[in-house]
Amino acid sequence: MLRLEKRPAPSRGWTMATPVLAVVLTMIAGGLMFAALGKSPVEAIRIIFWDPLFNTQFASYARPQILVKAGPLILIAIGLSLGFRAGVWNIGAEGQYIMGALAGAAFGLALYPSESPLIFPGMVIAGALGGWAWAMIPAILKTRFRTNEILVSLLLVYVAEKLLASAATGLLRNPEGRGFPGSRQLNRLDAMDNPELIANTGMHWGVVTAFIAVIMAYVLLNKHLLGYQIKLAGQAPRAARFAGVNPSRLIVLCLGTSGALAGLAGLFEVTGPAGQISIDFNVGYGFTAIIVAFLGRLHPIGILLAGLLMALTYIGGELAQMMLQIPAPAIQAFQGMLLFFLLAVDVLSNYRIRINTEGVA
Amino acid sequence: MKPFTKLVTASAMALGLAAPAIAQDDPLQVSFVYVGSVGDLGWTYEHDRARLALEEHFGDAVETTYVENVPEGADAERVLTQMALSGADLIFTTSFGYMDPTNAVAERFPNVMFEHATGYRRDHPNVSTYSARFYEGRAVMGHIAGQMTESNIVGYIGSYPIPEVIRGINSAYLHAREVNPDIEFRIVWAYTWFDPAVEADAAQALIDQGADVIMQHTDSTAPMTVMEEAGAIGFGQASDMYQFAPEPRVSSIIDDWAPYYIARTQAVMDGTWESTDTWDGIGPGMVGIGEMTDAIPEEIRASAQDMVDAIASGEYHPFTGPINRQDGSEWLAEGEVAEDGTLLGMDFYVEGLTGDVPN
Repeated sequence: MLRLEKRPAPSRGWTMATPVLAVVLTMIAGGLMFAALGKSPVEAIRIIFWDPLFNTQFASYARPQILVKAGPLILIAIGLSLGFRAGVWNIGAEGQYIMGALAGAAFGLALYPSESPLIFPGMVIAGALGGWAWAMIPAILKTRFRTNEILVSLLLVYVAEKLLASAATGLLRNPEGRGFPGSRQLNRLDAMDNPELIANTGMHWGVVTAFIAVIMAYVLLNKHLLGYQIKLAGQAPRAARFAGVNPSRLIVLCLGTSGALAGLAGLFEVTGPAGQISIDFNVGYGFTAIIVAFLGRLHPIGILLAGLLMALTYIGGELAQMMLQIPAPAIQAFQGMLLFFLLAVDVLSNYRIRINTEGVA
Repeated sequence: MKPFTKLVTASAMALGLAAPAIAQDDPLQVSFVYVGSVGDLGWTYEHDRARLALEEHFGDAVETTYVENVPEGADAERVLTQMALSGADLIFTTSFGYMDPTNAVAERFPNVMFEHATGYRRDHPNVSTYSARFYEGRAVMGHIAGQMTESNIVGYIGSYPIPEVIRGINSAYLHAREVNPDIEFRIVWAYTWFDPAVEADAAQALIDQGADVIMQHTDSTAPMTVMEEAGAIGFGQASDMYQFAPEPRVSSIIDDWAPYYIARTQAVMDGTWESTDTWDGIGPGMVGIGEMTDAIPEEIRASAQDMVDAIASGEYHPFTGPINRQDGSEWLAEGEVAEDGTLLGMDFYVEGLTGDVPN
C-alpha cells in the first residue's frame, strides 16, 4: 500500500523536477486526447512544441512571436509572484492590465497630434499608474476594512472591461473611424509607437521591461530585506509580525507592484502588438499569468521559462489548429492540463511516497 | 543573423509565398479566421457552414483550413501571417476587429488574397471587403414584431452602438411603427457579441419591462431560452436557430455567406479576382429570412413575404423617406432613398425612438 509521508522540508530535487515531469505528463495525456479526436498525437505534439521553434517554414516568424506573447505574461507574473509569496492574492491582473492600457492611451491621445518625444515615456508612466491605482482599490479595502482581495480584485476585472468597452466606443474612439468602435491606431503614430527594437526578434519595450523585472525580482528576493519579509510573511505570518513586518504595508506594496507591472504590460501591448484600444483588447494575459507564476514556482527564473513555454503552446496550438484542424477548446484543455499536472505532482516535492510493507491491517 | 543572410531568407520567403499561386495543380488553399467558436450556433457557425459548402462545391480543387476563437488584434495578425506562410491563397477574415491585422498582413503577402468581413478599409490591391445588408432582414422582422406584440413594447438587445446595430434598430422600428403607431422600443446594450449569461439577463430585463417580442443583435441562443420560459417571441439571429421553432423563434435573419465564398474562390481560380467592396442583401441571397412559423397569423406572414419579395427585387428600399431624425430634423424627403454612405456611418436614431445612442 502506498503511503504519503510529509517531508520536513520540500525536496529541492523534486521542486526542480516536477515542472519537467508535469510537461511530460501533459504531453502523454494531451496525446491521448488528440488521439481520441482522431488526430495523430505525435504529429500534434511535434507541431505544438517543435514547429514554432525549428520548422523551416514557420520558425523564422514564430520564434520572435514567442517573445511577443511571453513578454506580457512574464511581466505580469513577476508582479503576481511577489504577492503570492507573501500570501497576498491578486487575481485581478487582467483588470489592472486594461486600466494601464487605458490610462496610457488616454494620456497619449489627449495630446494628439503632438510629436513630442516625451509622449511615449509619459504614457509609460501613466500606464504604470493606471494599473497601480486599480490595484490600490483592493489594497485599501483590505487594509482598512479587511475585505477579501481575491474577490475585490477579480470583480474589478469586470468593471475594467466595461470601462474599456465604453472608452472604445466613446471617449477614446477614433474620430476618423466612421463611428466604429476602437481608438486611433497608436502603433502608427510615431509619438506613441512601441516598435520592434531589433528587426525580426520580437523585442519591444515590453519584453525589455519583462527581462528587467525578472532581474529586479531576483535581486529583491535574494538580496534585499523586503524580499526576506515577503517570503517570511508567506511562510510564517506570526513570525513575520514578531520580526517587525508591517502586514498592511506589505499588502499595499505587493498589490501596488503587481498592479503597476500589469499596467505596464497593458500599455506596452496597446502601443505595440495590439496597436489600439478596442472593445476586446484584453485577451486573458492577466489570468494566464497566474498559471505562469505557479508553473514557474513563483521564482523569477522559473517564471521566465514558464512564460516562454506558455507562449510556445499558444503559438504551437494555433499551428496545430491550422495544420491538423484540432479544435481550439482541445488546445485550451491541453494548456489546462499543464497546470493541473503541475499542481498534482507538487505532492512529490512536499511528500515522500512510502510503500507500506507491513500489509493492510 | 547577419543582414546578408537575413536578406537571403527574406527573398527565399517571398519566393516561397509566390509559389502556391503559380502551381496550378495543387488544390487552392482557402483559410478562415473566426472570432468565435464554430459551435456558437450564430455568427461563426454560419461562416463555417459556408466554408463546408465551399468544400462541397469544389471538391478536391480546394483545401480549407480555419482557426477559431482568434482574438482581434495582435493574435489575429500572427494567425494570419502563419496562414499566409503555410501557403494559403485566399483568406477570409470574418470579424470587424480584424480590419487592421488584415491590411497589415496583406501588405506583406501581395500574392495572397484577403477578404475582410464588415470592414471598410482596402489599403492594398489584395484586400476586398464584404458585408450583408442585415437591415433588410430587420425591416421584415420589425414588420412582424409590430403586429405580434400585445403590450406594444418590443425589446431589443443591442451588442455595441456601432452603425450596423443602429441601422438595424432604425430599420426594425420604422417598419414596426408602420404597422403599429403605438409601438415602443426598449433597447438594452449588452456590450458583447456573444455572452450567453449577459444576453439572458438582457432578455429578462426587457421582459420585466413589459416586452413580449424581443429582437437580438447578439449571437447566442440564450435569449431564446428566456423568451421560451416567459412566453415571449423572438427571431433567430445570424443563424436560423430553428431548434426554438415554432415558438419563441417565429422567424429569423440568416447570414448566408456560401454563394459569396464560392464566387470569390472561383474568381481566384480563374485569375479574375480583384479588390472589391460587396454589400449584398436579400436579393443576391446573402441575407436569408428563415421560415415563418404558424405562430404568426397567415395574413401577417403573407404581407411579410410581400415585403421580402419587394426588397429582393429592388422595388422597395427599407430606408425610403419621409424619415426624420430623432431630433425631428429631416433626414430623407418624401420618396428619397438613403445613400449607402449615410447608412454605413449611421450614428443617429430615427424619430420616435426614445433614449440616446450611447456616447
